[in-house]
Amino acid sequence: MSLLLVPLLPLAAALLSLLPAGRRLASAATLLADLTALALAGRAALAVAAAGRLIAVPGWVELDGLGALLLALSTFVAVTAALFSWGYVGRHDHRDARARLYYFHFNLFTFALLLVPVLAEPALTWIAIEFTAVFSVLLVAFDDTHESLEAAWKYIALMFMGAAIALLGFFILFWAQQTVGGGEYSWAGLRLMAARLPLPMVTAAFVLVLIGFGTKAGIVPLHTWLPDAHSQAPSPVCALLSGVKTTTALYALLRLVPLLPVASVDAWLRIAGLVSVGVAAFLLIQVRDYKRLFAYSTVEHMGIVLVGVGLGGPAATYAAMLQLVNHGLTKAFCFLAAGAVLLALGTREIASVRGLIRSSPSAGAALLFGALAIGGAPPFALFLSEFSIFRAGLEQRQYVVTALLVAFITIAFFAILLHVNRMVFGPAAEPAERPTAGAKLPASALAALAVAAVPVAVLGLYQPGSLHALATLAASSLLPVSP
Amino acid sequence: MAQPLSAPGAQLWLANLNALVGGLFLLVTFALVSLRQVYACVRGFVAQAVLLAASAFLLAALYGNWDLMVIGVVDLVAKAIVVPGVLRQTLHDEVQTRREITQVLNIPTALLAALALTILAYFLAQPMLAAASGPAIAVNLPIGLAGLLVGAFTAAVRREAVPLFLGLLAMENSALFAGVAIAPEMPLIAEVSIAFDVLMMVFVVGILTRAVHERIGTTEVGALRTLREESRR
Repeated sequence: MSLLLVPLLPLAAALLSLLPAGRRLASAATLLADLTALALAGRAALAVAAAGRLIAVPGWVELDGLGALLLALSTFVAVTAALFSWGYVGRHDHRDARARLYYFHFNLFTFALLLVPVLAEPALTWIAIEFTAVFSVLLVAFDDTHESLEAAWKYIALMFMGAAIALLGFFILFWAQQTVGGGEYSWAGLRLMAARLPLPMVTAAFVLVLIGFGTKAGIVPLHTWLPDAHSQAPSPVCALLSGVKTTTALYALLRLVPLLPVASVDAWLRIAGLVSVGVAAFLLIQVRDYKRLFAYSTVEHMGIVLVGVGLGGPAATYAAMLQLVNHGLTKAFCFLAAGAVLLALGTREIASVRGLIRSSPSAGAALLFGALAIGGAPPFALFLSEFSIFRAGLEQRQYVVTALLVAFITIAFFAILLHVNRMVFGPAAEPAERPTAGAKLPASALAALAVAAVPVAVLGLYQPGSLHALATLAASSLLPVSP
Repeated sequence: MAQPLSAPGAQLWLANLNALVGGLFLLVTFALVSLRQVYACVRGFVAQAVLLAASAFLLAALYGNWDLMVIGVVDLVAKAIVVPGVLRQTLHDEVQTRREITQVLNIPTALLAALALTILAYFLAQPMLAAASGPAIAVNLPIGLAGLLVGAFTAAVRREAVPLFLGLLAMENSALFAGVAIAPEMPLIAEVSIAFDVLMMVFVVGILTRAVHERIGTTEVGALRTLREESRR
């Protein structure tokens, strides 16, 4: 039952945050809840790695390899985001009530995110994903500026539209199972009877969910909300939005992959993925806001995961699973680094940030580290998983797809490095342009950056056996059941 | 599970009545894309929710599945009572004095596009209906799909916050309209959570719309442009 406790901890922290007892109670409760959730999730993930599956309530609350990867990722990012929030929230606005409101929404959002991987019933997964949108809207609008409100409106409208489209997909999926005699309506149950499901219905369900949840994952051409929402939200929230929330939508989308014949679904995924990577790579060149830079990079990476799964076969799918986790960890770090720059300089414009390594060495170093890691430079974690996808692509003889993927990722790498290089090095800007220049970063922000950097660096050099086991399990659950 | 009504006459009668409800549902969906007044849009949405509930009640009797009764009642309470109440509060004086809402396309063009989308929906539903069908499914699935497409179109052409959001709610109604026919055995907890989710969404949109009005001075959210890349310096 401790599995069910994981999402309930942030829910309890959300209620505690509402108590009018000073903001430190809310900060501490949030951090404590997320740390405990991380510990429980880690234990559950190890159990899954050993036993293959963890069942709390059969057919309703279960954890398999893919779920365990997502749960571990979500709880870890939640801890770093909570730690970063400690010194970030209320830095410019000292009202306690506002900080409590922030933590209330932050915890509800975390609750919804942690709910997604533990639910085994597809309709409930849909609702959990919908909750992640409902609970994050007011966080996107939290700064209460013209831009953030505009971003929040675009965000909620497209989230709700995607949800309604995916909802019909889930109804059709249920119908498909009923027409062949029913059975357990869970992800595992559906996969076992995949071969018997009527093809027109499963195809329709997949297309609807691809459009609906593709919108939520930021797949081109339905990505337009993503750079707005992910640049306007407070930075710790961006880490959760970009690192985890888009990943949860992709997770639910991938759950439908083993239900369809391999040839057709893989072609869909490769095309959708390549379009996203390509468009995002070119959009990365023209950004003027460094938070939008990382947001477009999320669109790019969602595309890479789709291509990886679309290449088919155990090796490519395994690499795509690693890519999913590595991207979440790295992107969360990038947004925390961007938050540190924002704390130090108070501007989001790339053009007005120069010589960061001199004016704020820790923020500058973090930004450079994040840019190299997210671009996929060795020896960071993403290099390893992207390289594995390339290799698997060549083994599958998908030369055109692999070549395009390599080209787009290279363009994206140089686009990111071009922007970040200008920000970090070069002559320092005039002091007059930097109102809060020289402001020291809060210790909590530095601690959050240090913690978030560990897996980004370590997973590029060393892969724990349990991660390998979980990714193997996840990859096999995305492939059709062998007869 | 209770037994379905067995008399073939009663079955046919219920199915025909459901077809009538389906036709009205489609008509109201068309009205939502073309109405010019905000309050008329809200009333149109309430009518759509009532028709959804009516279909759920009829199918409860047709399938002998009383879960659908609960779904109908939950739908009525949430969407015919709570949602319009919240939305009317959101509609402040500014919209009331300027009730003619602008939209990107004129009415005849919008209706033609909606018609084209409906025909498309019937085409898309055909392969699925060939695999498994029934009198209620043959009505509800294509109409639900059409409502989904027309609702998305409504949201795309509206600029004012509340009518835009009503387009999205119409999409959700349409998905449920198909859902009650094709997936009546869906666990009740899922169905009730969907209604709960819609309620929370409406509250959040209400808060957001008021914040937009306070901060920006308009609720024409479709006209907000500051974040567009091309408009940047």
